[in-house]
Amino acid sequence: MIAMDETDISFFKDGLRLDGRRADQLRPVKIEVGVLARADGSCYIEMGGNKVIAAVYGPREVHPRHLQEATRAIVRYRYNMASFSVEDRKRPGPDRRSQELSKVSREALEPVILTSFFPRSVIDVFIEVLQADAGTRTAGINAAAVALADAGIPMKSMISSCAAGKVADTIILDPMKEEDNFGQADLPIAMTPSGDITLLQMDGDLTRDEFQRAVEMAMKGAKDIYELQRGALVKKYSQMVEQPVREDVHVCD
Amino acid sequence: MSVTNVISEIKKDFIYNLLLKGERIDGRTFDQYREISIQRDVIRKAEGSALVKMGSSQVLVGVKMQPGEPFPDTPNKGVIITNAELVPLASPSFEPGPPNEVGIELARVVDRGVRESKAVDLEKLCIVPGKQVWIIFIDVHILDDCGNILDAASLGAIAALLSTKVPAARFGLGEDYVLPIRDIPIATTAIEFNDVLMFDPGVDEEAIANTRLTIISTAQGNICGSQKSGAGMLKPEQIYRIIDIACEKAREIREKFLEA
Repeated sequence: MIAMDETDISFFKDGLRLDGRRADQLRPVKIEVGVLARADGSCYIEMGGNKVIAAVYGPREVHPRHLQEATRAIVRYRYNMASFSVEDRKRPGPDRRSQELSKVSREALEPVILTSFFPRSVIDVFIEVLQADAGTRTAGINAAAVALADAGIPMKSMISSCAAGKVADTIILDPMKEEDNFGQADLPIAMTPSGDITLLQMDGDLTRDEFQRAVEMAMKGAKDIYELQRGALVKKYSQMVEQPVREDVHVCD
Repeated sequence: MSVTNVISEIKKDFIYNLLLKGERIDGRTFDQYREISIQRDVIRKAEGSALVKMGSSQVLVGVKMQPGEPFPDTPNKGVIITNAELVPLASPSFEPGPPNEVGIELARVVDRGVRESKAVDLEKLCIVPGKQVWIIFIDVHILDDCGNILDAASLGAIAALLSTKVPAARFGLGEDYVLPIRDIPIATTAIEFNDVLMFDPGVDEEAIANTRLTIISTAQGNICGSQKSGAGMLKPEQIYRIIDIACEKAREIREKFLEA
């Protein structure tokens, strides 16, 4: 991360951020459920300039076989960035960053998935980042959680993810690219609606007090995202319930 | 392939029952580190090196340096590249081959501490702006994994950097000089098990816990990096409690071993 003093970007104008947000405001979020025909569950999410798509396959047979667990399903998570998703073309394929993100994202979701229902099987989660604008891991986790629900995977709860950051000595919610690149800290979290934290990372420079305020702010953001995830799922599945009812009426006529 | 250690249910029960009595398997208190020793300059061929022992865990960190090209967005700064080898001699669960996600995560968290604390004054490692800078390779070799190799590796990295000499003479770039270090980041890790927080977990304790939280703090007492690892949950209050103890432990370790 590049230090603040090395750039003359001013992060606030009249108390508002570069894109006109307040310090504690999320970027616009759009969530669509069931966007892929072949996947068992899928979700497309836009969080600000991020465009991320998630697909869930499974529970299904594990290949290679030796990975299977006798008492539970394993969860695999592949975070992948499209080469065109960033300013300078990203070399395709997994790099060390995406492998680390895959690990922590999987560990963010695993605690709520009832894996013991499906011994010897695998639940595959695939994330494709189509356009990146800071916060792709959180967008990926949000989409993945919705896609898991869409696939009918039994879960103890939803998982919602959001980051907080620090620019110009101010704690902010949901940093965008400029704020992430030239800011002083980035702290992504994921959590259940009841506030159990399943992902926590941080880099930059925060005092003990700032760290706590950043966690609290990110939790507030994640709570708002939870409502949007829930809303998107309810929207899709309430439509689906209505349709067969109408057909029944039609048949009776 | 299973990276997690196999631990019998009996041992798990044993550790759990001790824990209910407020005890740990090796008699330590919950926030007590095992004995730490750091030997520096153990590898003559490296520009800097440190062998860290944390209890029976052993980690060797070697630093090599060579001139190379800077990144286009930081033309006046040296480059840090951190790598970790979980070699199969260190644990029955390590396998040969390219680093898996455990090794990658370890290397990236060690790197995060060094990088985000701005411990190395990278601007002093510029040779020809935009053309040639010093590249620092921090290579972590885990030799014996008896738990908490992340803290040991982070400690090894900063200890090795503190004793690193820039090999300028070898490359015809003037006289060798001491690598300019500005901060001493220390990583401290705790596991959570049944609402008990245990610092510096041994290998059996790691195996029973779902969740681990690493806090990296600077000499100033600020936090420059953190990483939650493992498929478990933490309550915010647990996180704040870990931070408070972690910063305190880090200060003790820094004062005892690295501030001369």
